[in-house]
Amino acid sequence: MKRITLLGALLLGAGLAFSPPAAAQGSGSATIDTIKSRGQLVCGVSTGVAGFSLADSKGVTQGIDADTCRAVAAAILGDANKVRFVPTTTTNRFTALQSGELDMLVRSTTWTLGREGNLGLLFAGVNFYDGTGFLVKSAAGVKSVKDLDGATICVQPGTSTELAIADYFRLNKLKFTPVLIQDLAEIQNTYLAGRCDSYSTDASGLASFRFQQGPKAEEHVLLPEIISKEPLGMMVRKGDDKFFDLVRWTLFAMIQAEESGVSSKNIDEMLKSTNPDIRRLVGTEGDLGKALGVDNRWAVNVIRGVGNYGEMWDRTVAPLGNPRGINNLWNKGGLHYPPPIR
Amino acid sequence: MSHSTTRTTAALGEAAHDPVPAIAGIPAAPIAAERARPAAGRFAPVAWARANLFSGWLSTAVTLALIYLIARWAIGFFDWAVLHAVWSVPQTEAGPDASACRDAKGVGACWAMIGDKYRFILFGRYTYEEQWRPAIVIALFIGLYAISAMRRFWRKELLLIWIVALTAIGVLMWGGVAGLEFVPQDSWGGLPITLILSTFGLAFAFPLAVLVALGRRSTAMPAVRMLCVLYVELIRGVPLITLLFMASVMFPLFMPEGFNPDKLLRAQVAIILFAGAYLAEVVRGGLQALPKGQYEAADALGLSYWKKTGLIVLPQALRLVIPPLVNTFIGFFKDTSLVLIIGIFDLLLAGKVAITDPVWQAYSTELYLVLAVIYFAFCYVMSRYSRGLEQEFRRTARR
Repeated sequence: MKRITLLGALLLGAGLAFSPPAAAQGSGSATIDTIKSRGQLVCGVSTGVAGFSLADSKGVTQGIDADTCRAVAAAILGDANKVRFVPTTTTNRFTALQSGELDMLVRSTTWTLGREGNLGLLFAGVNFYDGTGFLVKSAAGVKSVKDLDGATICVQPGTSTELAIADYFRLNKLKFTPVLIQDLAEIQNTYLAGRCDSYSTDASGLASFRFQQGPKAEEHVLLPEIISKEPLGMMVRKGDDKFFDLVRWTLFAMIQAEESGVSSKNIDEMLKSTNPDIRRLVGTEGDLGKALGVDNRWAVNVIRGVGNYGEMWDRTVAPLGNPRGINNLWNKGGLHYPPPIR
Repeated sequence: MSHSTTRTTAALGEAAHDPVPAIAGIPAAPIAAERARPAAGRFAPVAWARANLFSGWLSTAVTLALIYLIARWAIGFFDWAVLHAVWSVPQTEAGPDASACRDAKGVGACWAMIGDKYRFILFGRYTYEEQWRPAIVIALFIGLYAISAMRRFWRKELLLIWIVALTAIGVLMWGGVAGLEFVPQDSWGGLPITLILSTFGLAFAFPLAVLVALGRRSTAMPAVRMLCVLYVELIRGVPLITLLFMASVMFPLFMPEGFNPDKLLRAQVAIILFAGAYLAEVVRGGLQALPKGQYEAADALGLSYWKKTGLIVLPQALRLVIPPLVNTFIGFFKDTSLVLIIGIFDLLLAGKVAITDPVWQAYSTELYLVLAVIYFAFCYVMSRYSRGLEQEFRRTARR
């Protein structure tokens, strides 16, 4: 079967052009050179996760993951729209990146040692800190996960959520009955109908589900415990450190921009700033862009095209009702702590 | 309810005209009475209903219960789908305001969801301003099916029409020429993807299947026969999902870096190979059902192998296997939806993504109903057509 599939696909695929060889422009990164000569960044996203990467009614991919791709495209090509989004599923996402079909993958993927150690891939940063949470009806008077002993919990089978709950409850010597439902709409209706005491998934998903209940949102409460760490980030292939640096620092630049008060609205004034930190960020001082293999105004392009991290947040996940929480800046009680840009 | 009534019927000589032969325990007398009147045809529906639906207390009870259930369900459905349905919602800055739908949840359908998303469901992520192109492509496909279905177009020119139409479809979908904006395959989606995968899949799989079926029955070339058997058995031995995974996940790993035949193309090849194996067995069935005399008569005429196959064997064999062929066609039309597991936006995945939008997450029933109607329309037309074709062939055969 393999042989025949391969042969057939080869014969038909032979007509397809090989991607053009990387032009020697001296950015020092094969991936960046390929992207430049192609004029497009190829970015793997999900087929549809609300707030992260989801095609809107017009077919345009929206979300924090999609915008992270756009930011990298802006950094390299100066235009945030020069991205080709490739929808991937949880089964083919890593292969698509490994095989070179994608330049990078931003698909709400949790950063774990196993993935980084085994797959030949690297996480270049975290654009969203998520974790497994619990939603309960406020009428039930549950204040903590500890009160959920013996409860029935709606959860999607085969997810990291299912594992996390099982581990957490065993560790805390609590009992629960899982109600396993694959379909998202069905699981939510089951919870609303009262067949489960609690609905558990990533906190971001719970927040947006609660928000969509409109005026009835008050009937549901998100428990304070987040029982697992799910740092979601962007991945690149191992072996191209320059590209890795660029992807990583593009996100840092966006976070730093928020910290320094640089946004897409005031970027033109900021170009005239005398603050040395901002001057280095916008490239009016130093050669930091060159060091990354791109234009010195790379960060300006990113902020013009996508905005700073806070703007990206407000546009993508905030409308779904996600509180900023641990995704705030380090000096506002969150975890986003960009190393100095100098 | 007695034997005597039955006998009376028989005695009147009406039983022979009765569509349902009267049997013991069934009151056939009233039927006989109806039949005795002039212009029996006018009463045929009543007679039919009596004979089939109300022929005994049990039958009557079941009929009434079913009528009650169906009517209740139909009224409920009409209530939900039409009377209490929400047909549109106001658009706000932040997107559609679905509060009307939320209030009607459980009482009325939210067709506003389809209104907001129908272009996405039909065309996927295709550039919004250019979506008239896939719309034309859908029309072209349907026109192509309609023309191919008409027997008066069954000549060599049809092949030309297909080539022209498929070229036009390619040009429209890709663009990049004649002032059309280039749209890469990654952005294709919705109904055109389903039609492309099934049309190209079956158009390529069918000739392949005929060759494999012939090869499998070849006595002169054992090596070819072995290869054909191997191909059919290997492909049939695994599920389509496995082949799609193979094409999508494994295949790129064997290729040199940078060489990446498109995902859609890989899926298409997998579908062709899979459909080919199944169709080959269907065709082989036809070949085996053909009386040996036909082969021998062709040989006696001194026809070459290809003439014999093309003029005598295949026309008869294929005619024999129309029902299983169409069965396989319909199956594959629906199977193309499996490409969603490798992230290709066919009709089903586009629909599923449309309801991933948090605003519309609760309205999956409405979406699946619409998708079911689309799939049903295509499959039903296919099966109706095959029935017509069969009848026509039977008529010609009798002449």
